[in-house]
Amino acid sequence: MKFGTQIKQSLDGWRLIGTPFIFGLLLLLTPILLLVLLSFWTQEYLDLNRTFTFANYKEIFSHPVFITLIKRSVNISLFVTASTVLLAFPVAYYISFYGGKRKALLLFLITIPFWTSYLLRIFLWKIILGYNGVINSGLISLNFIQEPLTFILYNSNAVVLALAHAWAPFAIFPIYVSLEKIDRSLLEAGRDLGDTAVRSFFRITLPLAMPGIIAASLIVFIPTIGDYVTPKLVGGTEGMMVANMIQVQFSKANNAPLAAALAIVSLSIVVLISLVFLFFNRKYLRRQI
Amino acid sequence: MKKNSRPLLIYLFIYLGFLYAPVVLLPLFAFNDSAIIAFPLSGFTTDWFSWLMEDESLFRALKNSVLIAVTASFISTIFGVLTARAMARHRFLGKQSMFGLIMAPLFLPEIIVGVSILIVLMQLGLALSLWTVIAGHVLLATPFSVSILTTAFNNLDRSLEEASLDLGENRIGTFFRVILPLVTPGLISSLLIGFTISLDEFVIAFFLTGTDPTLPVYIWSLLRFPSKLPVVMALGFILLVASLVLLSIFEFYRRRSESLASGKENSGIK
Repeated sequence: MKFGTQIKQSLDGWRLIGTPFIFGLLLLLTPILLLVLLSFWTQEYLDLNRTFTFANYKEIFSHPVFITLIKRSVNISLFVTASTVLLAFPVAYYISFYGGKRKALLLFLITIPFWTSYLLRIFLWKIILGYNGVINSGLISLNFIQEPLTFILYNSNAVVLALAHAWAPFAIFPIYVSLEKIDRSLLEAGRDLGDTAVRSFFRITLPLAMPGIIAASLIVFIPTIGDYVTPKLVGGTEGMMVANMIQVQFSKANNAPLAAALAIVSLSIVVLISLVFLFFNRKYLRRQI
Repeated sequence: MKKNSRPLLIYLFIYLGFLYAPVVLLPLFAFNDSAIIAFPLSGFTTDWFSWLMEDESLFRALKNSVLIAVTASFISTIFGVLTARAMARHRFLGKQSMFGLIMAPLFLPEIIVGVSILIVLMQLGLALSLWTVIAGHVLLATPFSVSILTTAFNNLDRSLEEASLDLGENRIGTFFRVILPLVTPGLISSLLIGFTISLDEFVIAFFLTGTDPTLPVYIWSLLRFPSKLPVVMALGFILLVASLVLLSIFEFYRRRSESLASGKENSGIK
């Protein structure tokens, strides 16, 4: 009987959320479940062999190519996350604590460069770092170098640089929001009770800003690990990442099941690392209460 | 206190320099009178913009993108209204998990969303079209619509709704005459953010697009031809200026939404 009334109560809510929920069911959950299923099948020339097998996963974990790509993707995106958040923090800190009346203006100034196509923003790094690029032609005309530098484009570093740039505002905003929420009287109390500026930063500001820092880390980490455009444009072969391999297996290599298995491995890594981030966040959130 | 902020201010300027480094190249090379993208600059020209105006496939791609962005942002805003309303006013079984699924695209790399939808379409034997891109973009934009509209619906004063019902208006009338006008700023923000997300989205469009490319997919194809680069620069410059205009409109409505939400006493009753 109780279940019956619960259902009755639920009807109004279901009527509203039903359509978007079913849409998500059809276009997200079902496709991902099919992706999992497909990853246990194999491609035999033009046909799919639908017998259940771990062959794709075995192939991924036995070929150094795949392991290298996955490791590199994780390393690059963790490095991008750490550097983006670290570089963004002082900016968010300045705007929140010293921005005064110019807060909105400063935040607007930060977003302006990001209002053009993502593809072009990444591509512009190729123009800056390239063989005939801005840095090389600049250094040559200043007579610092005779030959163009070739080590600055087409490697992991170029990918890290372009990604750290592309995701900068996504790190600044959550940190800024968490800094804004800090009750300034806590800092004054800390100072009055004898804490130095440095100590009150580490004991009050930083712990209270942690939810923002962790949110920023997740916002940067999740999309960068699966980024396709950046490694393709500025990474060369040395900076290739797992998304590029997924695309190659899907199209040119015509091995959709292997692509599916690669996608599932990447997805598992994303979920795993995100859970670690969220675990830390929970620790900090609990301390606040 | 003020003295401490000096090094931070210097850092801020260096950081802004880093942020602006790529974008300042756009106007430089868009107006530069040379087919090669390199320094030193050679002279001023608007030729690349005239080239753009004559590029028919560009306009077709732009038309596709605008069509997709308008449709996707419209649908995602409707989904946003439905979800936000359900979350703000109703208790139902499976509330958190249903909400979780709708918000999940925020937590997935786009390539995985793109590949998995493509697999389903291939298995079903469905052809790729503008509709498949729209479906992907709705999925991506809905979480943003939901977060914007949840704020709008949570800020709604419940008594206004009750007053309308007490005064004899029915539920549908109340929704259209009381609730909807009050969340209009939120609706416009949601439409604009959905529009910009869809317009700039590449990976999902790259996977799900048929023979008709979207603007980013078309730009991607241009990037392979060095001779086309100045034209691409000109296009990027136009996109930047157009987005800033759009952003100003968005900011205008966001501020109105904030003042509506925070100043309830002077919004409804005089």
